[in-house]
Formats: sequence, structure tokens, C-alpha cells
Amino acid sequence: MNSSAATSSVGGHVSGFAATRRSDGWWHGWALTAGGLILFFGYLTVRAMTGQYYWADPYISPVASPPLFTPVSGPGVVPLHHAWFGAFPKFWPRFLPQSPAFFIPGLAIAFRATCYYYRKAYYRAFAASPPACAVGGAPLKYRGETALLLFQNLHRYVLYGALFLLVFLWYDAFAAFFRHGKFGIGVGTLVLIINATLLSGYTFGCHSWRHLIGGKLNCFSCDGASKTRYKIWKKSTWLNERHMLFAWLSLFWVAFTDFYVMMVSRGAITDLHTW
Amino acid sequence: MATRTFKVWRGDKDSGEFKEYTVEVQPGMVVLDGIHRIQAEHSSDLAVRWNCKAGKCGSCSMEINGKPRLGCMTRLNTFAPGETITVQPLKTFPLIKDLVTDVSWNFEQNKRIPPLKPRARDADGNYRMMQEDVDRVQEFRKCIECFLCQDVCHVLRDHKKHDHFVGPRFMIRLAQLEMHPLDTADRVPQMRKEFGSGWCNITRCCTEVCPEHIQITDNGIIPMKERVVDRYYDPIAWFMKKVFGGSKA
Repeated sequence: MNSSAATSSVGGHVSGFAATRRSDGWWHGWALTAGGLILFFGYLTVRAMTGQYYWADPYISPVASPPLFTPVSGPGVVPLHHAWFGAFPKFWPRFLPQSPAFFIPGLAIAFRATCYYYRKAYYRAFAASPPACAVGGAPLKYRGETALLLFQNLHRYVLYGALFLLVFLWYDAFAAFFRHGKFGIGVGTLVLIINATLLSGYTFGCHSWRHLIGGKLNCFSCDGASKTRYKIWKKSTWLNERHMLFAWLSLFWVAFTDFYVMMVSRGAITDLHTW
Repeated sequence: MATRTFKVWRGDKDSGEFKEYTVEVQPGMVVLDGIHRIQAEHSSDLAVRWNCKAGKCGSCSMEINGKPRLGCMTRLNTFAPGETITVQPLKTFPLIKDLVTDVSWNFEQNKRIPPLKPRARDADGNYRMMQEDVDRVQEFRKCIECFLCQDVCHVLRDHKKHDHFVGPRFMIRLAQLEMHPLDTADRVPQMRKEFGSGWCNITRCCTEVCPEHIQITDNGIIPMKERVVDRYYDPIAWFMKKVFGGSKA
């Protein structure tokens, strides 16, 4: 029994927050998940707020891509011609940093926040609902996803946004082969390509994608379109079986890609390249 | 000869206590073997439900060191040498005696689910299905109804929402019927309202404990939640259906 507040009932079961008769280290997974989420989302949030060191020609950090607006000047800011609408508008509030991360890249956060895997991760890690299997949850009124959390059903809409974002991340990866119009390759190019690849693995293994592309059908063999959708569904299923793996790998690599671009932009490390 | 200490819940619906038994064990023994040895050597009135001893009948569901497991599929060497093995009845269902619980609530849920309503037969009087159309359904057919998933589901186990949610076992029963290529019934409205798909917060404990390794959450519950989204929470799908029409594909 883990919790001092636990009470025992008929059958010898214990009730109460974190109460369990499990003798294995159930809290290892809980701690790792909570720690990982805090570390990576914490880092990305801090970086999104800085508004600096997103650019090291020809590399752009995924935290800032695609940029709708960019600051006119500042260390490592995205060049004006690269932003869709140029400089931040004059009415931009002074208390908010001028960060391109506030716009389209925010879709990535919404996509992960409503993802079926991350829901499991943060319901367990932060809501303790439950913290682990057969372990007592937090003493809160439980409504599942029927009330406030109905918004989780919008996951497919942020999926559409994530697919849109993915196009630009691949564009960034291919653009990283060209510096001042000259073809070449750098370590940063590889970093950006791996980033787009892992994010593709994560996005195309999404449960909503898998459902929309074919899972909603009851007959996979009925016509040509169903057969094509079945083939895509099977590939998505392969990725879906590894959704947790891609969720963590892609999260780590987004943070690493940003870190790499930041370090090159600051001049802290030298990017090895062929230009 | 090696020995192992078992701490077994003894009692009925009103009261009870843990009792310790130490029995001889041999390599390869499972927890159910230990329980049988306790019955043979110490306490012949120890109540336990079991049948096949092969992980296929789903009878010997119990909680072993706090985790819902099949007694016949849990080898003693899963646990550290010298570790006491605590054995309890399932928490989610009413206790009858010792390790035996009343799981009849599950059978009542099954009765509420509309059965298969097949389409008309082909012209030659047969039904035809392609293998790829029934692969998904066959995964759910592996269920042995041990109800470990129902036991571990915190919606039932901790929150006692038996009136709101049918539990993971019957979500895959619903998935099995809804995905069936011959079926014509529509259970989506019931799935949302009566069977409570929204009560599941997909924390996947059902999948973790399934002795048949059925991907209950990824292949059963989430696809059903997505079908509910199609019907009730997706304005674009709703619009497309209004414009282009829609039927059970």
C-alpha cells in the first residue's frame, strides 16, 4: 500500500490517491512521462517566448516556421523577406515578445495537446486520472471526456493544421540544401530532414488520420477507392502501432533542431557544411 | 525444496482478512498452482474460479500483487525470490467469497448491445467477405471475457460509473459489430449516450492487462470514439453527409 491516506475495503483493496497494492515500480513510468513532458514542452515554451536565434542561414528553427511576421531586427531573427507578411504590425502589444512561434507553429502544440497518445500521458502524469493502472487517482470529480474535455474531439481539425504545417517543415528541410542559391549540405540540413521525417512518422500514425483515411470504412474490398484507402490505412496502422515512439522521438528532435539552430545562430558552434 | 508465501484474501461480501500460507513450489509453477496447493494442503474451502489452466477460458481472473492478471498465466518467477505474493479478488465487481466475484453485470451489458444485423444474402444465397474486411473483427474475437480490462478500467474500478459506461470489453464488442462488413445496424447514437464512449479517457490500462494482447484502445475504443466524432462533433463531416448523403460504408 503506497498511500498513507489509503483505506482498505472488502477484498483487501485500497482506495485513495496513489493507493495500490502493486509491488512493482509503477511510479517509474509516471515520473519519466511527467519529467519528459515538463522538460521538452518547458524548453519549447521558453524558446517560443524569446523570439530570438531562430535563423542561421539557411536553417530555420521549427519553433518559428513558417513565420507570418518577424521582428525587424534582433539577434538571429528570421529575415524580413522570409516572413509571409513581413515585420510585426505596429499594434503588436509591447508586453508580448515579437515571436513568430505565436502563430502557425502553435498548431503543433494544439495537435500534440489533443493527440490520443499525449492525452494518456498527461491524464496520467498531471491529472493522476489514474497515475498508473490499478493505482488510486486524484480525488476529483470524474467526467471523462463528456463535459469540459469535449474539445478533445476537435483533434482531427488540428490534424488538418498539422498536415499544413508539415508541408512547410519539409520545405524548410529542402531549402536547407541551398545557401545564397548554391547547392550544398550541412549538418543542419540533416538535422532538419530528420526533424521533418520524424514529424511525418508521428502525424501519419495519428489515430484521427488513420480513421479518416480508411478506418471509418467497414468494407475495404468493395471498390477501387476502398482498396487504395485500405493500403494507406495499413501503412498508417504500422505507424500507429509506434505512435508513442514517434511522439517522443519527434518531440525530442524538434527541441534538438531548435537547439542546434540556436547554437549555430549564436556562433556557439560551427555548422560543418560543403558551401 | 523451495517455498513461497502467499497472502490471500479470505472473506465474503461483508468482511474478511488476508491470511498467509507458505507452500512448496517447483520451477514452472503459476499462481493458480499455488492457490491449488493451498486448497490441497491448508484450506480446502478456499474459493477460486478456474477452468482451463491455459489462459483461454478467462475464469481465473484475480489481482496478483495489485495487478489484474490471470492466475494460470502468471508464473511465480515473475516475482523476486522470497517476495510474498498477494492475491485478491477483482475490485470492480461484488465479492461472493474469497477470490470469486460476481461478474454478471458484464453479461447484462452484453444483452443491451444490438446484435449483428446482416445485409441480404448474395444472389446465390451466400454471404461473402474478404479476409481484409474481417481482420479487424477477428482481433476482437480473441477476447476470452476474463474481464481484467473491466476490472482495471478506472471509470468502473474507482469512479463506479457502471451506469454510464459499458467498459472496454463492450467497447470492443461494439467495435466488432460496427466494423463488421455484413452489418447494417447503427449503434453510434447508443455508443455515445447509453454506452458512454465519452467516459473513457483512453489511459490504456485495459490494453496493458489484456492477456490476449488485443489492442483494445487503439483498435477498438479510439476508432469508435472517432465514429462518434464523425456523427456528432465534426461539422465538415456533417455538412458533407447532408450534401452528398451517406450510408454505412
